[in-house]
Order: sequence, then C-alpha cells, then structure tokens
Amino acid sequence: MTDQQDVIIKVCLGTSGKASGGIEVMSIFQKLIQLNGIDAQIGKRCSYKKVGCRGFCSKDVLVDVITGNDRVTYQSVKPSMVERIVKDHILGGSPVEEWVTGEEYDAYHAKQHKIVLGPCGEIDPESIDDYLAMNGYKSARKAITQMKREEVIEKVIKSGLRGRGGSGFLTGEKWQLCNLQPETVRYIICNVGEVNRPLAEGNPHAIIEGLLIGGYAIGSGKGYIYIRERYHLSVERLRNAINQAREKGYIGKNIFGTDFSFEIEFSFGTEAFICGEETALMESIEGKRAMPRFRPPFPVQKGLWGKPTVINNAETFSNIPLIIGKGSKWFSSIGTEESKGTKVFTLSGKVKNVGLVEIPMGMSFRDIVFGIGGGLEGDKELKAVQVGGPSGGLIPASMIDIGLDYENLSKAGSIVGSGGMVVFDEDDCIVDVTKFFVEFLQRESCGKCPPCRIGTKRMLELLTKIADGRAEMPDLEILERLSGLMKTSSLCGLGRTASNPFITGLNHFRDEYLAHIKDRKCPAGVCKALISYSIQEDLCKGCTLCKKKCPVGAISGEVKKAHHIDPSACVKCGICFNTCKFKAIRKK
Amino acid sequence: MEQKLKAILQTHNKTGGTIITLLQQVQAAFGYIPENAVAWLSMQLDIPESRFFGVATFYSQFHLKPTGKNKVTVCCGAACHIKGGDRIVNEVREALGLEEGEDTTRDLKFTLQSATCIGACSIAPVVVFNNDVYGNTNTEQVVKLLKGFEQEGEYTGFEYD
Repeated sequence: MTDQQDVIIKVCLGTSGKASGGIEVMSIFQKLIQLNGIDAQIGKRCSYKKVGCRGFCSKDVLVDVITGNDRVTYQSVKPSMVERIVKDHILGGSPVEEWVTGEEYDAYHAKQHKIVLGPCGEIDPESIDDYLAMNGYKSARKAITQMKREEVIEKVIKSGLRGRGGSGFLTGEKWQLCNLQPETVRYIICNVGEVNRPLAEGNPHAIIEGLLIGGYAIGSGKGYIYIRERYHLSVERLRNAINQAREKGYIGKNIFGTDFSFEIEFSFGTEAFICGEETALMESIEGKRAMPRFRPPFPVQKGLWGKPTVINNAETFSNIPLIIGKGSKWFSSIGTEESKGTKVFTLSGKVKNVGLVEIPMGMSFRDIVFGIGGGLEGDKELKAVQVGGPSGGLIPASMIDIGLDYENLSKAGSIVGSGGMVVFDEDDCIVDVTKFFVEFLQRESCGKCPPCRIGTKRMLELLTKIADGRAEMPDLEILERLSGLMKTSSLCGLGRTASNPFITGLNHFRDEYLAHIKDRKCPAGVCKALISYSIQEDLCKGCTLCKKKCPVGAISGEVKKAHHIDPSACVKCGICFNTCKFKAIRKK
Repeated sequence: MEQKLKAILQTHNKTGGTIITLLQQVQAAFGYIPENAVAWLSMQLDIPESRFFGVATFYSQFHLKPTGKNKVTVCCGAACHIKGGDRIVNEVREALGLEEGEDTTRDLKFTLQSATCIGACSIAPVVVFNNDVYGNTNTEQVVKLLKGFEQEGEYTGFEYD
C-alpha cells in the first residue's frame, strides 16, 4: 500500500492507450523522474501504475497524477508533454491547466454507472494485490466456504442478472438448469468477445473470480476461457491473472481448504463471428468447424464434449463477484423492472466522445448519445443508432427517448447483443450500412442451414441492386418476404437476426429505399452508382489541387481557371470532394 | 519440415490438443499451412486430410498459401466502415501493388488482411501492423507507415527456406 503523501502516476495502457503511445509516455515519466532524482527533491516517493482502459479513448493517452488526495487527469498526453508535467506539476506543485481534462471528461463519466468498469483504469491489472485490496476474491471465498451451491445460484437468480452476451437469458436459471443434470462432469466456459477486451485488460481478476464462483455453483471442476488468439494484451493479462490466482491457491486443488477443485484452461478461438453462438463455440473448442448444433439437447444438457455446459461472457462473469459480495438486492436496485444492472457498450461512430461506457439498464438513447457522447461530430443531424452488432436493429432518431433494455430493444426489432453501439449521422446512407452488415453476415454464415446460407446471399444481391440503382419495386417485396422467412426458419441466431438491420431500416427509413429504387438517388450521397461529382465554376479558384490528387486524371483545367470533371472517366472516389478548400466540388 | 512437424506432434500428443490447435501450431511454425504438412500429420494421426482442410478453410485465420513477412490487418467492423475503413483497404492494396484476388505481395513482404472487428471501435479506423495497433488512422498515415516498414526492413515474420 502506498503512503498518502506519495505521488502516483497512472498511465492508461489499454489497447487504445497503447496505440496512442502510452508505453512511451510511461517510460519518459520514469526516465525523467529517475534522472532528476525527483523523489529526493520533493521528499516523496513516485510510483507508477499502468492501468486499463477508462473509457474516454478519444482523448488518449490519459494520465492521472495523484498527490496526496488531489487527483489531476491529463488528456491527449504526448511524450513531448511529459517534461513540463513533471517540472510544473510534480516539482512545482501547480498542474498544467491547459492539458487537464475539462467538462467533457466529467460529463462523460457523470452519467455513467460504473460497477463492472469501475476498477478499470484505477487498479493495475497485472497486480493481484491491487485486486485483493478492493476486496478481491472475498466473494469467491464467501461463496465457496460459507454458501451451498444452491444458495449461490439462488442469489444470482434473485439479482435478475441476464446474460450480457446477446440473448439475455437469466444467468442464474441457466446455472440451475445445468446443476439439475444427472451427469457430474460439467464444464463452464467464459467467452471473451471483442467488447469484453477492456474488461480483460483492465480488471482480469474479476472475470477469473466470477468464473470460479460459477464453476463452484454448477459443480464444475474445469473452466475454459475462449478468446481469440490475436487479442494479445487480453490473453497476456488473463494468463498473468490465472497464474497469480493459482499461486495464492484460488485456482487448483482444495480451494480455500474445501474439497472444491477448479482448473482454468485457455481455448484459442479463431476469427469467426459464428463463435458467438454457444454451440458453435463448443464445436470450435472441440477443434471442429464452428457450425451450430441442433437444439435440444441444450448446452446445459449436452454441451462441450457431450457434458452439461454453461457459457457466459466475460461481462456476465465480472458481475458475479459484485452480486455475491454486495447482495442481489443491491444489484437489482440498478436498472429497470425486467432488466437489472448495467451494460457496457463501446460507443462509436459519429459521436464526439467515443469510448467505452457503462450505463444502467433503461437509460435513454438521448442520454447516451447527447449526454455521455456529447452529441454528434460537427453538430450534424442524428440519423440512427445501431445496437447489438451487425445483426442489431436500427433505432431511428425519432425513437431516441426509449430506454435501453432487453424489452424495449426487442420491441424495436433490435437486440442488446454483446455491446456494440454505432451512431449514424445524416451523411450515412441506410441502404449502404444495411448492405455492409448483410455483406458481413453473408461472409460469416457458417453454411449449415439453407435459410441463412442462401438467404443472406440473396439479400446481399438485392441490396446491392438497390444501392446500384438497378432495383425495381418487386425487389423490395422479395426482400421483405425473404427477411421474414430467414427469421422464422434459420437454425441459429445469426440467420434469425441477420435481417434485423434491413427490417428496422425499412420500417423507419422507407423513403430512403424508395429514393434509391424510384428516383435512382442516394439522399445521403454515399452510394457511388447514384452520385456524380461536378465542379461549380463560380466557386473554383483554379488552384489545381483536385487535378493533382485525382487518381484517374479525370479533372482538367488550367491554373486560375475553373476546372472540369470528365464524368466518363470519374471513378467517384470522392478525393477531390475532400481535397477542395473552396467547397467547389458538388456531390449530387 | 519434418523435424518441425515432429516437435509439433510431440506437444500435441502431450497436451491433447485438437485439429485447430494443431493447425495453429503449424501456421505458427511455417507462416501458412503447407499441403504436405497436412498430408504428413494425416498419416501420423490417422485422421483424413479432409478433416484438416475442412477446418483450415472454415476459419479465416488459416492460410493455405505462404503469407508475407509483415501482416497488415485493416479493421472492417461497422465503426471502422463508416469512418472510411474500406478506403484504407483500397489504398493499402494500391500501395502494395496487389492485384484483384491477391492478398500477399509477390516478394512475400506483406500480407493484407481485413478483420471483422478487433474491438477498438473508439479509435476507428484501426489498422494493425503485425501486432501493433494504430488508431484514428487515415490513408496517408497508413501508406507512410507501410513505406517505413519497407525502408527499415523491419521484418518480424518468417524466413522461408
């Protein structure tokens, strides 16, 4: 534990922090402080902490300088800024005001409710002592030494926690169903998806503890962590956490002196969207092509290697120690009637403040986009918000006052999913984004069942036709009928939800589809086949910049005279449009 | 090659892996999945080659042709898409001189991949050079980075013999 008088420097080293040069910032701090003997000069010890993602990634690298009880957070710290921070702040005692985070940063955090993400960005994710200091592994100890397995399950059921991976099934009930199986060899799997990376990188011990408690509750001796191999930092930190926990005796034989033994193994998945589906994930762990199985039997009956299996994702597991520690009443006081607790999202797209957010269930989209997100980039008009990944539905701007929870989203034709949230503005074309999502799903369809395999392919063809301005009205009807069929007859969630973006898009933005089909126009100016570029002669100064930049030489003109675009040569790349300083290029 | 494969088989037998873990190790050793490596493993383990290829062709992670020493991965998730991820892909293709259908340069210096989502949406668009993540990128920056790699000869991948 550090002395109150010490100076603590916390540097964000999550994926984004690292990408923005966090490691260099950290090492310069260390170098400068050692070099100048700062410790001796101010009579205090300086210590460093590398911390996980604290969410506000758009202003990375974030650095906290804590002296005594004062905490100052700097944003967008570059290596070159470190020297002044050390000189003025740590030595001189007065923070460098112009680099300190402003209202944005406070507003960004004020509306959030961080229970799972709370410790991320505060503690050193590579230190078990940091985790123990915040009551880490106390919940596991309590559950394993003082509670019966059924009591643990009861508590999780009472809390109302629902799976954070997609379907929203009650976690406790899933555990109970597994616990009722006659088979005694059981498995528990933690799926670490892309949105769970910050949790794995910021507070890996919480995931391990949750998995441990889950293993105890369902009577499993073996847990798997399913994670993509290329998430190097997450894997590294989880592996380190497991090793530390094993050293302390929290994983292994006779945990906490009881007869409960538990082992955790990694299973390195590969890049496949379908692995988000439980049974496909199990096939993948077994080393096969990740194709979903028929149900029943359900995973809780016959899962991995034919044994009863529970799968939850890393966010669900991170909630477990909190529920055991603080109680199910505390947990169920957060959120709405049917959806309890919080949900972590990666807020991205056209909002000002992009990053990782954790909100109480039921918070309105308006609060998320304008409160936390700080509104849209360049103060453009909000068009829609998409939640739940590629197969989530589009929530139009007219509906942004609905609260985000399982019920409302399902009513709106979307899903909570695992936590992606993308904001679209007036410059985004609904047909284009829908086509983009379907293209992705078509590629990722495993090919087992025809409704999804052929359906996504035909959907993509028809959407491409619309985007290219070749479609007629009957095409839209075929698309609608096809979407309905895929929803009812696909084998797994991928095919059943693949049409969500299209259905919701058509419901709320039918005009845009009609404009593409009837008028052969793309109102947002995105679909290449339907737009053309021309130069407005009165605005063109003849600077020749566009002519130089045009990759196909479609622009002609002399210096200081209006230029001209040859439409037959133009490939509509939009480079001239983005290059022109006089806004002389017109996109129609 | 056989020596490397023997070592892989040995660890496989010890740890009891699956076809996926085997293929991952083969790819880690050779940079791709050579056809004769699969034939050899198939003989040793008495598992039909089709099972190996079935798995290898299902997951985009596995390559059946040699890959470049440097891997450029462009994220094409939703957040990166609307911030211009596809433009970066095109630019990289052009800078590397890749023809339609190719993803590896002829001199085996670079392989271009696209990822579905690498989970760093808040710093979109994202490009991963080998294992380093670069956020908030644009086409110019990426091409500059590529040139840097080329000049410094900073190849971290595989040496083919």
